[in-house]
Amino acid sequence: MSDVWVNVETLRGEITEISYTMLAAGRVLADGLEGSLTAVLLGSGAKDLSGKLGAADKVAYVDHAALADFNPEAHLKALTALAKSGAPRVILFGQTAMGTDLAYGVAMANGFSMASSCRTFKVEGGEPLFEAVTCGGKLIADGKMPGPTSVATVMPGGYKPESAMVDKTPGVEEVSVDADLGTLRTKVRGYIEPDTSDVDISKIPVLVSVGRGIGQEDNIGIAKELAAALKGEISSSRPVVDQGWLPTSRLVGKSGKSVKPKLYLALGISGAPEHMEGVPDWETMIAVNTDENAPIFDVATYGATVDIMDLIPALTEKVKAATGG
Amino acid sequence: MDIVVPIKFVPDLVEELEIDEGTGQLDRTFLRLVPNELDDHALEEALLLKEKHGGTITVVAIDSGDVDETLFTAVAKGADKVIKITGEGYEEGLSSHACVELLAKALGDLSYDVILTGTQAVDDVDGSVGGLLAAKLDLPYVGYVTKAVSEGGKLVVTKEYPGGLLAEVETDLPAVVGIQAAEQAPRYVVTSLVMDAMNNATIDETEGGEATATGAAEITAMRAPEKGEAAEMIAGDAGAVAEKLVQIMKEKGILS
Repeated sequence: MSDVWVNVETLRGEITEISYTMLAAGRVLADGLEGSLTAVLLGSGAKDLSGKLGAADKVAYVDHAALADFNPEAHLKALTALAKSGAPRVILFGQTAMGTDLAYGVAMANGFSMASSCRTFKVEGGEPLFEAVTCGGKLIADGKMPGPTSVATVMPGGYKPESAMVDKTPGVEEVSVDADLGTLRTKVRGYIEPDTSDVDISKIPVLVSVGRGIGQEDNIGIAKELAAALKGEISSSRPVVDQGWLPTSRLVGKSGKSVKPKLYLALGISGAPEHMEGVPDWETMIAVNTDENAPIFDVATYGATVDIMDLIPALTEKVKAATGG
Repeated sequence: MDIVVPIKFVPDLVEELEIDEGTGQLDRTFLRLVPNELDDHALEEALLLKEKHGGTITVVAIDSGDVDETLFTAVAKGADKVIKITGEGYEEGLSSHACVELLAKALGDLSYDVILTGTQAVDDVDGSVGGLLAAKLDLPYVGYVTKAVSEGGKLVVTKEYPGGLLAEVETDLPAVVGIQAAEQAPRYVVTSLVMDAMNNATIDETEGGEATATGAAEITAMRAPEKGEAAEMIAGDAGAVAEKLVQIMKEKGILS
């Protein structure tokens, strides 16, 4: 088989952006392998979403009440069975909080090869190849996707999702799966709504974003002062939120907000892929990090390697002087 | 509740990572290995669960890096039992698949309710330990978890969904849970308690044997990322950098 499958991610009835990134990646693979591209859609009464999957050659739709919400076990069972019987050449999942609950299990249970954090793909001599991002973005791993079937998880950044947003309904085949979705060990009790009482950092034009380099909770205060002087807001990368120094509402990146500011001031942020996927666009990015090899310097507009604890007070003072604040 | 926490050792990203030009793989000669940060969060969540509900914590690590110190530190924090999987060549680096094979073997006869592991590790290229281990052991898996509590013989976890949404998910036990962040930052222990553990606790050793990695992605080469249009670097001390940044912000119309 030379077909390529994309596991379409949906959340509350909407197709997520990574699904389109995957469809764009899947197109590269399917064309190279001279196979067809199938969008695999799981849900309950969600068949109409096929109308937004025109980038695929066909849609395989599985309908079951247990697949209404993202129940990791139900989706894993269905996809494991589907992948076993369909045995395509490549199956793509999102490198996301949903996709990674599925991909590793589907691969392991079926004995398929597994590659994670892939950004781009190509086919050479009939063989699918991947390029993955690892070690916090400091290294790239090139690898092969051995047959008969390989599973890969896809991260944002390699393909433009817009290129695969085609409003056209490809042929839809409703398929049943050979899996007992009535008996599950895992149950989704319900969603916990995000806290909307805090400012929405995705709408703020100037963000002072702090990372691990901020060192300790006491230092958050001076970063907030800088943000105030710039009439902006403070945001952060994951370690700062995990330490409990800032609330989740300030998190930029995977599982947090996606921001498109006019100025992104990244202080003590290394630029790991999980963070960078939350900053898809900006006008000016200034990165300050004492590690001159930090991946963030590959993308930022301006960079400096001074200690942020020296820079923040100096910058705050000069900004205040310049604005009369 | 009896909890198992596997710990994976990963390259310390603070250090410079070199590629061996001969093999095209990560040069491990001077590589410093550290415990995967999210595994430390998994241990913290295990400690919180134990404090709330009682039970035991078993920490399992493969012989690499400062494994003994890591295991004694776990004892000092409150782990009841620590296991080291010994064998040849583990220092050369193990894929997640190889780790999972060794862990599954080491867990063989052990009885447990839940395996808590970091939802990913920084050097994963062939999937993460949690999801792979769950499939290998035929247990349910929930990843990206930021909180876990025991309720009526089940584990109730808070799972992250994309875009800042969370959900409450309950799972029968035994299960494998991938921790993204513990409810509180991982605790520190003073050196004297680690020294006490070194003097009083015992590390159980189990022979892991050969670690095959069937199913792991085949990596042909590792390399540094291509430099795109790299940042324009600003030289000088903090004062000079601040001066220049203010000038840039003025030019860009950010300061007015």
